[in-house]
Amino acid sequence: MNTPTLQVVQQGPLLRAEHVTIEYAGEHGIVRATEDVSFDVHRGDRFVLLGPSGCGKSTLLKAVGGFIAPRAGSLRLHGKPITAPGPDRIVVFQEFDQLPPWKTVEANVMFPLLAGGMKKPEARERARHWLGKVGLARFADAYPHTLSGGMKARVAIARALAMQPDILLMDEPFAALDALTRRKMQEELQTLWQEIGFTMLFVTHSIEEALVVGNRILLLSPHPGRVRAELNSHQFDLGSAGSADFQAANERIHRLLFGDAVPTPATVSTSAYAIRP
Amino acid sequence: MTPFREPPIRPEYELALPLPSLGGAPLGPAAHAPPAPRGFALGELAWLRKAALLLVLAVLWEGLARWYDNDLLLPTALATGRALVDGIVSGELFGYVAVSFAVLTQGYLMGIAGAFLLTWLAVSNRVGRELIETLTAMFNPLPAIALLPLALLWFGLGKGSLIMVLMHSVMWPLTLNASAGFRAVPETLRMAGRNYGLGGLRLVLQILIPAALPAILSGLKIGWAFAWRTLIAAELVFGTTSGQGGLGWFIFQSRNELFTDKVFAGLAAVIIIGLAVEQLVFQTLERVTVRRWGMQR
Repeated sequence: MNTPTLQVVQQGPLLRAEHVTIEYAGEHGIVRATEDVSFDVHRGDRFVLLGPSGCGKSTLLKAVGGFIAPRAGSLRLHGKPITAPGPDRIVVFQEFDQLPPWKTVEANVMFPLLAGGMKKPEARERARHWLGKVGLARFADAYPHTLSGGMKARVAIARALAMQPDILLMDEPFAALDALTRRKMQEELQTLWQEIGFTMLFVTHSIEEALVVGNRILLLSPHPGRVRAELNSHQFDLGSAGSADFQAANERIHRLLFGDAVPTPATVSTSAYAIRP
Repeated sequence: MTPFREPPIRPEYELALPLPSLGGAPLGPAAHAPPAPRGFALGELAWLRKAALLLVLAVLWEGLARWYDNDLLLPTALATGRALVDGIVSGELFGYVAVSFAVLTQGYLMGIAGAFLLTWLAVSNRVGRELIETLTAMFNPLPAIALLPLALLWFGLGKGSLIMVLMHSVMWPLTLNASAGFRAVPETLRMAGRNYGLGGLRLVLQILIPAALPAILSGLKIGWAFAWRTLIAAELVFGTTSGQGGLGWFIFQSRNELFTDKVFAGLAAVIIIGLAVEQLVFQTLERVTVRRWGMQR
């Protein structure tokens, strides 16, 4: 796989999480979502947070987004602590209602640009460009409710990329899609990354998706979320999904998360129950 | 012999399909757009059917009135129609309608302003929310007309009292709907807004209000119906303010003068105006907003 030539090698990581502990008030008292989680994301990384439900991966992503403040530890972007949500970290959510239904596809992509103070013609031009990149140029004037799930996910990605954020935060963006569309989206995301070379933090509960999409995987174990391992997966892409190495990596991750139980074919799939203990 | 049978093994085949131009990209909107609204023709038919039904009812009414033969108690449909047309042609009805509308608009707008203040209180903090919930639960079921004696005591015989009861009839249902609408805005949408750096008033204007629009619109619609019927009732009770009466006063006055056909004409005017506003204003508003956006069917 050809990696895009990165610009200047930065001093230190883009995003640094140090000993992050997050707690929130649940129905039965305080719930600890993550405990003492540390990781570094470098420029150009496709960094995956992988783990079963309850490992705090989404909470961690929302903390990076600035929506939740950690109880302890620190999250820094460019060395500056993260205190609030901001357009330098655009989130792509799983839910389809992340697109305001009252705005056309184009207006949806323009929305954050205009909110950031960009002039309308420039925002429109940029929206057109990015909609073209995700293959939705002809749908610019459609309203979100007329689109399929995969197309809505594409709009959300175009909207995020148009902002050219320092880091793209993807919160199980393809989890609500059917298996065929999901695979197509993973492919397209890979193509976009090869073309543009953005940095992203990607949350998923699917081992296969993690291996295919990411170049580095942080494995989290549940209740509370703690780091189990940090692995490389830059050698895999969608083409290697059936290879022996890929199977070995898959089994290794499974073993790390659940002990020695041998994965049945179903656990390799992307279904939600696949990696529940 | 068992009923089970091996299915036959059939030959496989592949078909070459013309590729969509953008490498698997979806086709243009036309390919996915819902089929042209064929409800349109049907809708016109429904319109016709309803008109025909009304005509049948009018004929029945005419027959009943002729058979009963008492203009004082039950004027015929034709007489009522004539009174209505006369009222419109002479401009007499317009005067009454204009007076009613002027008061109504003032009361309605003030009610909306009040409702938005209350809604803001209800969604901004917990105490406010509980306070507004209690108040709405108390006052929403209270008929506005029941407040009229009190309003007369406070504001005297005049526009002030009318506006007070109108405000009451609009404010509570609208608050109830709007605050429910704001609370139902998806968390994802709020987070997306905050993600773009929106906060405070900009978040309210650009995310929360449009997202809550279906609920706000239905609150406005209910408020309008309540206000209209409250106004007519209030005018019936104490009639004219400073020599100028509204439609309710016209109905009341016509009864006093035993012009029963005019009473019927006045009632018909109340119905027609209510229907017209609902159909022209609210339906149009819904069509160009929430229904177009797929937020309401």
